[in-house]
Amino acid sequence: MNEETTQISLTVNGAPVTRAVAVRRHLVDFLRLDLNLTGSHLACEHGVCGACTVRVDGNVTRGCLMLAVQTDGADVVTIEGLSASGEVADLQKEFEARNAAQCGFCTPGMVLTSAELLAAGGVPSREVIRDHLSGNLCRCTGYQAIVDAVEATAKSRAAAGAGA
Amino acid sequence: MTPPDGHGEGLVGKPVTRPNVRRLIHGRGRYTDDITVPHMLHAAFVRSPYGHARVNGIDSTMADGAPGVVRIVTGAEIAEICTPMIAVAAHRPGHKSAPQHMLAVDHACYQGEAVAAVIAASRAEAEDAAELVVVDWDELPAVMDMMEALSPDSPPIHPELGDNLCFQHVIDTGDAAAALAAADFVVEHEFEFGRHTAVTLEGRVILADWDPVEERLTVHQSHQSPYQMQDVYSRHLGIPEHKVRVITPDIGGGFGLKINVHGEEVAIAAISMMLGKPVKYTADRLESFVADYQTRDHLGFAKMGVDADGRITSMDFDNILSVGPYTAYIRFGLAEGVMAINCAAAPYALTDYHARTRVAYVNKGVVGMFRGVGVPIGCAVTEVLVDQAAAKAEIDPVEFRRMNYHTDEDYPLTSVGGYAAKYMSLHRCLDACVDIMDYKALRADQACKRETGVFRGVGVVTFVETAAFGPIYYGPSGARVSTQDGCTVKLEPSGVVRCLTSVTDQGQGTLTGIAQIVADQLGIGMDDIDVIAGDSATTPYGGGAWASRGMAIGGEAALQAGKALKDNILDLAASILQTVPAALTLSGGEIRDVATGEARMGLAELAKVGYFRQDTLPAGTQPELMVTRHYVPGASYFVANGVQGAQVEIDVETGFIKLLGWWMADDCGRVINPLMVDEQIRGGIIQGIGNTLYEHCQYDETGQMLNASLADYLLPMAGEMPDIKIAHVETPIGSTELGANGMGESGTIGAIAALWCAVNDALRPLGAQVTKQPFTPEHILDVIEKAGRT
Repeated sequence: MNEETTQISLTVNGAPVTRAVAVRRHLVDFLRLDLNLTGSHLACEHGVCGACTVRVDGNVTRGCLMLAVQTDGADVVTIEGLSASGEVADLQKEFEARNAAQCGFCTPGMVLTSAELLAAGGVPSREVIRDHLSGNLCRCTGYQAIVDAVEATAKSRAAAGAGA
Repeated sequence: MTPPDGHGEGLVGKPVTRPNVRRLIHGRGRYTDDITVPHMLHAAFVRSPYGHARVNGIDSTMADGAPGVVRIVTGAEIAEICTPMIAVAAHRPGHKSAPQHMLAVDHACYQGEAVAAVIAASRAEAEDAAELVVVDWDELPAVMDMMEALSPDSPPIHPELGDNLCFQHVIDTGDAAAALAAADFVVEHEFEFGRHTAVTLEGRVILADWDPVEERLTVHQSHQSPYQMQDVYSRHLGIPEHKVRVITPDIGGGFGLKINVHGEEVAIAAISMMLGKPVKYTADRLESFVADYQTRDHLGFAKMGVDADGRITSMDFDNILSVGPYTAYIRFGLAEGVMAINCAAAPYALTDYHARTRVAYVNKGVVGMFRGVGVPIGCAVTEVLVDQAAAKAEIDPVEFRRMNYHTDEDYPLTSVGGYAAKYMSLHRCLDACVDIMDYKALRADQACKRETGVFRGVGVVTFVETAAFGPIYYGPSGARVSTQDGCTVKLEPSGVVRCLTSVTDQGQGTLTGIAQIVADQLGIGMDDIDVIAGDSATTPYGGGAWASRGMAIGGEAALQAGKALKDNILDLAASILQTVPAALTLSGGEIRDVATGEARMGLAELAKVGYFRQDTLPAGTQPELMVTRHYVPGASYFVANGVQGAQVEIDVETGFIKLLGWWMADDCGRVINPLMVDEQIRGGIIQGIGNTLYEHCQYDETGQMLNASLADYLLPMAGEMPDIKIAHVETPIGSTELGANGMGESGTIGAIAALWCAVNDALRPLGAQVTKQPFTPEHILDVIEKAGRT
């Protein structure tokens, strides 16, 4: 191997990670190939489809458009970490109830992107939800069930918040 | 108590959620690219940069020494150990196709056709080295236009075939020419349906692992039929079939793309054999655009004759399509044309029909299977003419359809195109769709908006789906396509049930449906049943997933297997309980007395005796707590039908189309799971909308695809898509006890026609009509401008 590498230290799903990575390796290849976190998917690798969506320092990010070396010192959360945290358990239940995932390949990205909108609070209109999800390509569902799932989660969170 | 229809616990018909979707939502899916095995190598392909070229030689000297490279394998080397694909349909006289090597040997016929593979320690290293492979190309003239391809002057892509005509087929029913001449009026239209491609979100992926010690091939592949691929690897690579195992893990979208045989994938298996090591290939998006089998690419010229009473009498439909340089192996791309002319006009009671399809070879990607296979073309052509005829007759298009449908007294019938239907619930679906869309209100809104210069349009169209093809369809073609499916049902010792099915699930929910069907037979709930699929070595042989067969055929096999296990359970229970089987039934996880409903014995207790305490049974008792049943459909195909409605608004200044509403009334026979059916319909409609509004593989005259990236090839995203309202009309008159007729393609089939009709309806006051799909803003403005000039 004459591949140029550099050492990075970061937090992935709450745990510290230190690795030597090829400088040309993008974040999702790093997550999938080096850390075996296969929940983040690659479908275009040019930043269009959103299947590779992860959270970097709290922001939803295209994992294919970021190099792994750029995450040195960063806090990265993938679908595995987000699921384990329970933060989106309610949203995931709504996805299941509506069959808002078919093949499931876009779903981790959809969940992360939806979580970002839901974290902003309130009950967004369907139009706002659709706009927010418009960077995530789904070839199976037709989107309506995903919009329904996000809307229902927002409503139940708002109701729970109002009741608290 | 078990109701008389045998659907004991009533899971069939309920919106049961999918047990196997949870892991996908939690990021715990297992797709082929997620799988790694020891010693695994990676492949990247060297592809033709030309639409048509001769390969004079391949120099891999530089690439051989690149970091991580294990071997460069050329098409010629693959051809030494792997027979080519020859897709000639035995039942279609005159059909011809050249042998297609897994990788091109000396003749590359489309941009992106692979000519060599680089095998390296990582995909990145394989890609690096692929750039160092030097191919000596001679670019040849590319045949790109399908009409030119069919002209006698066109140079044949494969000289040994003589010309570029792949196949032609004519349907002649009655005397269309005379009927058109005698008609009160004739409407006519030209159609262009652009070529597009499936864009499964997960590209094609294969991990082939040849064990040189046991001489055994294990393949993990993102594919819809492990059985088909087991057959292909066995025959083309000369491996005894029982030494080939194909496993299809979670699959990131199929839509028909992944029922095709792509030569690259067979080449990967061959290379694994050459090297004695596992080799993985994951198609990236850029190569998917040029190398995935594509779809559609039709022209149409059609006329419809109508009599003075507003009755459609006749139709003429001339269809031309291009299928790339080869007929797709193993199912033949011919169906795109044959189904288009076969299904056109199917809902209508006309008597005279002439249609011809001509299939041309061109230097574009190969056309394979994709959702709908030709039927959307026949549907759109018919429905556009029907709307034009209604407008000319000054009859409301919904009423015009109602007048011209076959009536209930006509069944069973064969349509003028040869579409055989035991029954179609056309009037009921039309009523249901018009009802949910509030058609009258939409027309009132349209008239009101036009007063203010806003152009809204409404399309209401009728579609048929040919689903679940039977042995009559593929058998005589010589293609080794299994049209039957099987299901094994096993009672486990703790009283729970495991099913193994030959149906595969790419997200449709078919495995959930299988579980519902079997669970109802055995009187258990969803928590007590698990379904396994996608392994050619362990599951019953069958078709996998294609032509909407999952519930129609696989579901019937599951029903019969569940019934057979129930019989065996009751036989054993009767023996234990000293009664007759007829006195017992299954419900709520218990063996119950039929007369009183009283629980006599739990399934767990029965299974315990069956597996561990046979000593307590009368001598000679042989418990059979695992059974397999197969189902071979008797009909050529199952018939589904329905009506779709669309409402659009066209900005006549910009040419943009806004989708305001969408509706569908569907009759797929018995609905096993309305949640799954509705989501299949919605997904199918959105794909049809994408086909019609956005998607287009644009090639230049030299064979370069100009928009081969996801940034340039447009697809429907959430922001532009409508909510879709669905109504079900259930007519379970299929050939099976289950009564499910198939529904996976109906959304796509009808959506394309609905959009053509809605857009034309909006443009009609301007005298403009669309002729070319996708309906780009440019095309909309063009037809408006053209209408303004005339």
